Amino acid sequence: MIGLFINEAHVRVNPGTSVAAAILIAGREAFRTSVSGQPRGPLCGMGVCFECRVTLNGVAHARSCQIVCEEGMQVRTT
Amino acid sequence: MIVVVGAGPAGIAAAVRARQCGKPVTVLDDNPTPGGQIWRGGRGPAWLAKFSRSGAKLLSGTRVFGGDTSRRILRAETSTGAQEISYDALILATGARELFLPFPGWTLPGVTGAGGLQALVKSGLPVAGKRIVVAGSGPLLLAVAATMRKSGASVPLVAEQASSLALLRFAGGLSPAKLLQGSVLATTSFRPGSWVRRADGNGRLEKIELQDGKIIPCDYLAVAFGFVPNDELAICLACDRQETESIYHAGGHAGGPSGSGGVELSLVEGEIAGYSAAGRTDLAQKLFPKRAAALRFAGRLERTFALREELRILAETDTIVCRCEDVPFGRLQTADSWRAAKLHFRCGMGPCQGRICGPAVQILFNWRQESIRPPVFPARISSLISTDLISNRSDSSMEPFTK
Amino acid sequence: MGYPDLTDVVIAGGGIVGAACAWEFCQAGLTAAIVEPNVIGGGATGAGMGHLAVMDDSEAQFALTRYSQLLWKELAERLPRGAEYLPCGAIWVAADAEEMAEVHRKRACLAAHRTPAEILDSQSLAEAEPHLRPGLAGGLLLAEDAVVYPPYATRFLIEEAGARLYPGRRVVQLSDEGPTLDDGTFLPAACTVIATGAFARELVPDLPITPRKGHLLITDRYPDFLNHQLIELGYMKSAHLTYSDSVAFNAQPRLTGQVLIGSSRQYATEDRAIETNLMDRMLRRAVEYMPDLAGVSAIRAWTGFRAATPDKLPLIGVCPGYSNVYLATGHEGLGISTSTGTARLLADLILNRESAIPRAPYLPGRAYTHDRSVH
Repeated sequence: MIGLFINEAHVRVNPGTSVAAAILIAGREAFRTSVSGQPRGPLCGMGVCFECRVTLNGVAHARSCQIVCEEGMQVRTT
Repeated sequence: MIVVVGAGPAGIAAAVRARQCGKPVTVLDDNPTPGGQIWRGGRGPAWLAKFSRSGAKLLSGTRVFGGDTSRRILRAETSTGAQEISYDALILATGARELFLPFPGWTLPGVTGAGGLQALVKSGLPVAGKRIVVAGSGPLLLAVAATMRKSGASVPLVAEQASSLALLRFAGGLSPAKLLQGSVLATTSFRPGSWVRRADGNGRLEKIELQDGKIIPCDYLAVAFGFVPNDELAICLACDRQETESIYHAGGHAGGPSGSGGVELSLVEGEIAGYSAAGRTDLAQKLFPKRAAALRFAGRLERTFALREELRILAETDTIVCRCEDVPFGRLQTADSWRAAKLHFRCGMGPCQGRICGPAVQILFNWRQESIRPPVFPARISSLISTDLISNRSDSSMEPFTK
Repeated sequence: MGYPDLTDVVIAGGGIVGAACAWEFCQAGLTAAIVEPNVIGGGATGAGMGHLAVMDDSEAQFALTRYSQLLWKELAERLPRGAEYLPCGAIWVAADAEEMAEVHRKRACLAAHRTPAEILDSQSLAEAEPHLRPGLAGGLLLAEDAVVYPPYATRFLIEEAGARLYPGRRVVQLSDEGPTLDDGTFLPAACTVIATGAFARELVPDLPITPRKGHLLITDRYPDFLNHQLIELGYMKSAHLTYSDSVAFNAQPRLTGQVLIGSSRQYATEDRAIETNLMDRMLRRAVEYMPDLAGVSAIRAWTGFRAATPDKLPLIGVCPGYSNVYLATGHEGLGISTSTGTARLLADLILNRESAIPRAPYLPGRAYTHDRSVH
């Protein structure tokens, strides 16, 4: 199992799990807030819609559906 | 060096065949593992095994954002750096993405593409015990429904917008094998001639409403309206995406004119591209009948599952069309071209660069899209700067910006 | 002016200058029509930076930019949200002692013209803009500089003016009785205004206007990355050069949180394509000033063409060879900034009103001298 932090909550997932899946496993439905304040989550699952973006290890706009979880990752939804 | 962009079925088939002809092959793929969307998670048939044995070099997590056909280079970035990749022949196998038509509530968390939900499940999302409605059009609906059920979800409804008549006509032309597959996948929850009119929920999806007013509570709504080719790179490199033969010098693509031809078409086009790029047009030509057959099947798919008019008018005035910039349908109705919608209302000015709203807007308003400029995918500024300078920099300036 | 089918003013060009003119004429009770072949605000207007700047390269340039800036400030109260008006101020950044001396000179000059300007030392500059690289000498803060999103402002001005639109049409022939369009329509008009920017020579072949290409790039949203419009003092050197390609660091915070990066200048090309070597140079320059930009995600790049004149001042006035055809073009990199002042001066001229600043320096047909600097 791999441990990572979703908004500072520690979550354990199977190896090969995407960060997007980990966020949903952690119970967080809204990955980001849209420009007019709406909650948004993953749409395309393949990295082209940018709805699943989160801040990963301090880097903004990371497409969580395209990133495999690594030990100790710090994920922040926005 | 033959460079293949995309490690989906088409790219994999191209790489395998080109390798079999003895050519060095490098495959660039944005996804973390090969297989594209349909074989996501690395699972899949024999082709993936052949690919891993083929000796083709795979660069995963690598997205091409531009290039220069006069110098035969592509420019790509990863999460930690950027590079120029030289090619002698280029095979563009960038595949397709799902077409989304806006409807009220489609932006709620829990509404995903059908392929999108499948991708999420294959990359670890547990859906056991969840209620999932699958809606839209095409064979993908049943495939996704089957995946969801196998993963322990219940699928109270598969809503296919094509009419029973259209489906019967289509089934009449299917082989027994395909019919069997269809009947195994079909259940009493399959309803032709139906579609989702709206999705509702407080902060996330809670229920959907069908065209006849029937309400179905659900946790996920997976929608599939068809596919759009990922031809931005091809267009930017001034390739004609309809041309699948002349790949080596001007680039080309595999995956079918609309990307919706199914795996068979993607595979055979990939094989043809691989053989052709490797200079074995004789082997490529042997596959033309197979491709023709696959194209015919693809054509029948397109006709059977053509989207009905009602789907074009689902959006209401305040239904968001451009999700990156939250541009509602009502605003777009006051623009008279794609360029005006972009410039005046920011439609398509977000990071998806119009990939999601563009095809929708084309269907809703019949607007022609503009030409594509680099970067064809968002890229870090350090990646955009010439790579010969990057080699002189310390690593920290190549890293993404952190607060 | 009472003929029902006679428009008072027909304006060729639906960019910011044309729109500002339409609005001014409407304020004065005149009817206006705009002829625009492409998208409203889709030319240089849509490509530019929208920095409402004060520039003091010459007395005349200062007068027009400052006057226009004050007019923009008045207009700002009526601009809708989509125009993204942001009174963020601008900082001219000095990299070394020589540029810092220029900062002092500039400030003295602006002070003499009662324009607020505050000198920032190295530390205050770093506090004002934390992402600028350390070791810069300082800068000059012009608190009244602002930024706007020009295409939306353009659209708004045209709608507010109630100007009649001839979309998809182009003026192909001029006369003192009115212009003729490409579909053969003759528009009777008391006045015609040419506000077609870089390609004005298509209508008036011997105009001293040449297109000057520029590159820009915009990033994804990074709120709080940048607080002010930033311009390197080398910008003036870049804008001055009349013979070679140049880049200068220019960065703008947008209301959206995106960072808009410029700038470049090129001669002798009308090719719209993005040129890698210029984009490289421009971005490298930007990263030199703001190293953190290297890791920021860029989502779009484009080019545009400024309308350049030999003395870097626009043409505002009667078009040589005509009595009722006027020019409102040749604004180089200051089209957005000076659109308001241009429109007001032109309206003053047509309506025989006194202007708040002298109109003579911008008259078409003037003799061109270079480097009419304030100092």
